[in-house]
Amino acid sequence: MYLRLIATNLSRHRVRSLLSVAGIAFSVAAMLAVITILQGAVGMFSNLLTNDSQIIVFEKDVSDLFFSNVPVRAAVEMAAWPQVERANPVLFGVVTSGSQPVITCFGVEANDPRLRKATWTSGNPASFGSDENGVVLGQRAAAFLAASVGESVPIGHAHFRVVGTLKTSNGFEDGGVFMPLKAAQKYFRKEQMSSAITVKLKSRDDAAEFKSRVARQYPELIALEDEEFSRSYSQFRILKATAWAVGGCGLLLGGLGVANTMIMSVFTRIREIAILRAVGFSRTQIGRLVLGESVTISALGAVAGLLIGELALSLLKAIPALHGYVDASPKPVLIAVVAALALLTGLAGAIYPMFYAMRVRAVEALRFE
Amino acid sequence: MNDTRHTSTLPGPVLLAEDVWKGYDGGEVPVLTGVNLAVAAGETVALCGPSGCGKSTLLHLLGGLDDPDRGVLRVNGKRIDSENARLPLLRHAIGFVFQLHNLIPDLTLEENCLLPAFAAGLDKQVARERLRELATRTGLVHRLGHRIQKLSGGERQRTAICRALMNRPGILLADEPTGSLDEKTGAQVFDLLMEIAAVEGTTLLMATHDRRLASHCARLVEMHGGRIDESDRVE
Repeated sequence: MYLRLIATNLSRHRVRSLLSVAGIAFSVAAMLAVITILQGAVGMFSNLLTNDSQIIVFEKDVSDLFFSNVPVRAAVEMAAWPQVERANPVLFGVVTSGSQPVITCFGVEANDPRLRKATWTSGNPASFGSDENGVVLGQRAAAFLAASVGESVPIGHAHFRVVGTLKTSNGFEDGGVFMPLKAAQKYFRKEQMSSAITVKLKSRDDAAEFKSRVARQYPELIALEDEEFSRSYSQFRILKATAWAVGGCGLLLGGLGVANTMIMSVFTRIREIAILRAVGFSRTQIGRLVLGESVTISALGAVAGLLIGELALSLLKAIPALHGYVDASPKPVLIAVVAALALLTGLAGAIYPMFYAMRVRAVEALRFE
Repeated sequence: MNDTRHTSTLPGPVLLAEDVWKGYDGGEVPVLTGVNLAVAAGETVALCGPSGCGKSTLLHLLGGLDDPDRGVLRVNGKRIDSENARLPLLRHAIGFVFQLHNLIPDLTLEENCLLPAFAAGLDKQVARERLRELATRTGLVHRLGHRIQKLSGGERQRTAICRALMNRPGILLADEPTGSLDEKTGAQVFDLLMEIAAVEGTTLLMATHDRRLASHCARLVEMHGGRIDESDRVE
């Protein structure tokens, strides 16, 4: 009977109910899409930094790795430490080129695992590093720069010769330019410097010892394990907070929509509530009815929103320019959290109307019949 | 649900009002001014009087829908001062029939009638059987699945009677049950009300200004200016 009463009330004002469902749905979709995209971007950037390694070493107290300065000599010294299998310096830079406002440059050594792991679509790893002016382009960068092996491409204020193109699943790498480390140092005027060192240990068990040795020997640097880095890097935190804030605002608006619907729903059927009271419905039963309506709206909105969000992510993923930036697979935890937030929003929106309905006295509504 | 009527086994009146006062707008509009009334189990009592004399207010108070400003109200010997005391009464002991049927228009006849059973948490199957019994008696079986909008005025009021009797209340309070019907339909509904009250042994307190119908009740109670002037039994 509860379900029948709820369905009756919602179907009585179909447009109003649908608008409320749509409000929650679009909020949920926006939240899911924004957070998934940003989490995907953060994940990709994080993978980019910690590529095939467990530790990243960078300058302490910098807000952005692009401003981090780590001497390359530190990478050479660390590589000699007994617990270290490999230490690779990488220098990050961002430039413009033609109509492309942002191209990420990676100054890496020839033996960098990024180059080894990628699928080379033209050229080969051996061709990288022998020519200081030779760069390797990510597949998407090659496409938007319309460049192929042997050609010269403008990168910022200079020209480089393309010695290879490669394909990776990472959007930043796929849309980036790999330069020999020395060329990058020269280009970005950071002689003998890198932005970070990615370190692969022989055993992850040595991580604590490695980090404390870095702290002792290089007090200006900090070493973080990949998970620590993803969690604590300020840029990531800002991005994540922004995503949740944007999504939260969306849900707040959706919740206000639900509240408005429920208030209207209660106000327009005071008499009906009075009848229910007169035939024996308790205050709690009336409250449950209002809550049930709100939860129904929110649940329908959440389901529709998750579907719309998934669809939007799939469409975004299909756009070539966003290849590698959009992770179209929202994490189950995120789906659960967003759905739970939508339901909570619906419940919160029903609180005032619920208490109002519970206070309706049968006689007030029936006296003037 | 069993066939047990929810009536008092105590010898005293099932409905009792002692020096009951009620006013609106903070007492500026006095409606009841010291009403005393006792209704015995199984009695059929007509509450007559001009509009505004306080008939409906008294029914609402006795039915637990409102609070008096002063005085004592008892149903089946129990005071009905609190929500906790009133809710079981509304669910089991008292049935209400209003002048305007007060049914929920978007629900079917069956769904409307099942509302009290649902509120009281009664077994669905038993409630449906009870409804079928009442619908048969009121000639509404063929209309069970129809929405209220599709019913005539008489059918709606008969539906309201079915709803009021769903949980086998011992007391039926009817507030101008024929007031919105034409003379012929009103008489039919009234006869039905009296018949069911007799068959089910229900105590009936009915507010009406139709003296011809009121004369069929075992007792007629006159109200004037918020007070009761009880006459002799009407034959």
